[in-house]
Amino acid sequence: MNAKLQSLLARALIVILMGVTLLPFLSMFSAALAPSGTYPYGLQWPSDPQWINFVKAFEVANMGQLLLSSTLIVVGVVPVSVLVSTMAGYGLAKLTSDKYKWLYLIFVAGLTLPFEAVITPLYYEVRALGLLNTRFAIILPLIGLYMPFSVYWMRAHFLNVPKDLTEAAQLDGATRWGEFWRVQVPLARPAIMSLSILLFLWTWNQFLLPVVLVRDPMQRTMAGALGAFQGQWGTDVPLLCAGSLMILAPTIILFLLFQRQFVAALMQGAVKG
Amino acid sequence: MQVTTHTGSNPDKRATRLPRSRGSRKTRLVAWAFIAPAAIAYAGFVLVPLLMSVYYSFLRWDGIGKARFNGLANYITVVTDPDLLQIIGNSFLLVLYFTVIPVGLGLAVASAIRSHMGGPFGTATRTILFLPQVIPLVAAGIAWSWMYASSGLVNQFLRTIGLDSWARGWLGDFTFALPAVGMIGAWVLLGLCIMLLVTGITKIDPSLYEAARLDGANAWDEFRYVTLPGLRQEIGVCVTVTIIQALAAFDIVYIATGGGPGINTTVPGLEIYRLAFAHRQVGLASALAIVLMILVLISIAPVQWLTREKK
Repeated sequence: MNAKLQSLLARALIVILMGVTLLPFLSMFSAALAPSGTYPYGLQWPSDPQWINFVKAFEVANMGQLLLSSTLIVVGVVPVSVLVSTMAGYGLAKLTSDKYKWLYLIFVAGLTLPFEAVITPLYYEVRALGLLNTRFAIILPLIGLYMPFSVYWMRAHFLNVPKDLTEAAQLDGATRWGEFWRVQVPLARPAIMSLSILLFLWTWNQFLLPVVLVRDPMQRTMAGALGAFQGQWGTDVPLLCAGSLMILAPTIILFLLFQRQFVAALMQGAVKG
Repeated sequence: MQVTTHTGSNPDKRATRLPRSRGSRKTRLVAWAFIAPAAIAYAGFVLVPLLMSVYYSFLRWDGIGKARFNGLANYITVVTDPDLLQIIGNSFLLVLYFTVIPVGLGLAVASAIRSHMGGPFGTATRTILFLPQVIPLVAAGIAWSWMYASSGLVNQFLRTIGLDSWARGWLGDFTFALPAVGMIGAWVLLGLCIMLLVTGITKIDPSLYEAARLDGANAWDEFRYVTLPGLRQEIGVCVTVTIIQALAAFDIVYIATGGGPGINTTVPGLEIYRLAFAHRQVGLASALAIVLMILVLISIAPVQWLTREKK
């Protein structure tokens, strides 16, 4: 077949698929501008756009508080997970012999674990710790649940760092700890960046843990709060759509700003996971 | 410290140095110190709960009162109860949508375009197709609930092209609710699969295609003998990721249908949640959780084996 025609067809197909990807967002947007409490049509520019719906949704959803809650959870989860897994990745790749492969394999065994498989005992564990309905009920389990992927990710990075570097640092008399901070961590910055982006997204969008472990939507992640918002305002389509879009806005803005880094992280994350 | 004793220029020592220093007691302690925090977090919030899940799965327990040992009864229920079997079956039906559609379309796009997507078009494509990956699945569920609603875009479209009789409340329909949920998953995963496959195909040596053409291969032969084998790894990644998403689905179903109508769209993840926290059947919920974990492993093992083994 004519290569040019083929490529043109492919582009046409991609454009159609991009349209399909965007339609739900556009449909939500048009519905969000309809008068609150009415039943709008799927995609229809309203005669009198009600921008006020966004203001109303901002207040009803308590967006400021939600943003704070999600941010606190991300701040609690991501730096600790990244630090702890970077250390473990370094330890497993550079400080242990093949005898300790089993340790790595135990970590990796958790890679495909569905969160649902441990959610019931997590509930009782978190309750026993007295953390139910606090943000720590989400933060602590997530750190543990992220370990398989994070350790796997960082170990894969450190395996590719040439031995000479370690040896050079050792010759300079650096302790392992000093070498780790001064030599290894700066070099691992790209891997750490991608991991941080992925963990940020997964935490922000985490739904199962907040739904089970935290009753108050104001202590939840964005996704968990969105679930509660739908439960409360599900019948008011314009308000629901406006609120959903507002809750989505922070991630979408971040994504558009750091589009390249996000896409790279997500693609590598899929390949390695 | 010990390393300084090895700084001699004798090259033979280089080879023995690392293993020896790795074996020493102090190094082992240092290694453990680096690994311990991650290991503790992992043990405390994954391994211990997992063992507890296994333990609960042998109990008859309402989560409050006294637990009784129940043997394998919970597992027998999971594999014989018609409702639970249908629920497990539902998740495998979802695989059809979550996996087959994105991978199929991804292959079609990739093999047609077969070149790097650079420039503004490439950036726009990447950005838009990745949007569903960035938003929470809950949001995808809400957006599509609205798309499928009786006055939503899907029905609006059908009415516009004269298929009024097809318009319906898709998510409440006994026949179409599950496919409708499946299409939400396909929508979410489509972009990721397309981008992975398009990137993968640019790594195939173009001379392979020229050679195939010289041998008189038609488009299908090219696809079958050059594209497919060349994309083996990427296809493996897409299939693995999407199968896990389908079998362990929770967010989308919870938001879009709540498992209904009846149990037509209920999946194991949702049923575990319900059994454990609404019906207070912790033992049965745990048995289903263990079965789900094993099903995920069994389903992706052959994919991994098929796509990694041959090189």
